[in-house]
Amino acid sequence: MRWGVLQFPGSCDERDALHACSLLGQARLVWHEERDLAGIDAIVVPGGFSYGDYLRAGAIARFSPAMEAVAEFAAAGGPVLGICNGFQVLCEAGLLPGALLLNESRRFTCRQLDLVPDPGVDGPKSEAEVLNSAHRPTLSIPAKHGEGRYWAPDEVLDALEANGQVAYRYARGQNPNGSARDIAGVRNEAGNVVGLMPHPEHAVDPLSGSTDGLKVFEAVAAAGAPA
Amino acid sequence: MAAVRARVLIRPKEGILDPQGKAVEGALPALGFEGIGHVRVGRMVELEAEDPERLGELCEKLLANPLIEDYEIERLDGAG
Repeated sequence: MRWGVLQFPGSCDERDALHACSLLGQARLVWHEERDLAGIDAIVVPGGFSYGDYLRAGAIARFSPAMEAVAEFAAAGGPVLGICNGFQVLCEAGLLPGALLLNESRRFTCRQLDLVPDPGVDGPKSEAEVLNSAHRPTLSIPAKHGEGRYWAPDEVLDALEANGQVAYRYARGQNPNGSARDIAGVRNEAGNVVGLMPHPEHAVDPLSGSTDGLKVFEAVAAAGAPA
Repeated sequence: MAAVRARVLIRPKEGILDPQGKAVEGALPALGFEGIGHVRVGRMVELEAEDPERLGELCEKLLANPLIEDYEIERLDGAG
């Protein structure tokens, strides 16, 4: 598996994402001005503050040449994982439904929490298998963000749940930002584009207390057909 | 061609929790301002446009996120 990790001015988690991907295959950074994704099997849009997050988080990054290439890659079925700011970028780009708003508490949140993976009602079988192989029913992964409150109109939320597009929920009582229906991450209708606020790339080494983050990368890799 | 000055007002949609507005509202009584409610905090963008007809498209694509925000375009007279 060859991973490409996007890098915008203002990204700050691309190195950890690169490290996580390198544990599962080969990985390289993709500078935001690059358009050529040839030879890449899966894309990670990492966390940080792309272009300073001016205007709205992710609003400007979506117009970068690299993101135009990612949109084509996703349309062709290629697996794409957006983390934190990357999730915000994917929502702004229209590759995922909904939006991320200022935390209900108005405070930046930074804590280890438990995520409940949801392989979806008719979720991709391979992904379900990956998730079922987990030793624990929940994933211990850190979250750190100021604008992570997932929001979409009620009818959209109903459709997401009916279609199995809720990818991750915060474990009961651990919703750190006021997200609708405890949603921590969603996937697109085809299942190959996934975004979440917590940071699986910070949970890949026993040194940091959990290696559950790798399961998120593995699930995304299994969900998409390499483009 | 003279550019037209315009002002774009962007605010969170009705019904969406606005924590900034809540924070401002919560601070007001302590400062002696009573009887002020429903505070919503948005932002204003001032710009000059050579083709003001495209401002709507600009708002839809970049200045606002139509899913969560409403916007108003105000063209200012005496442009130059």
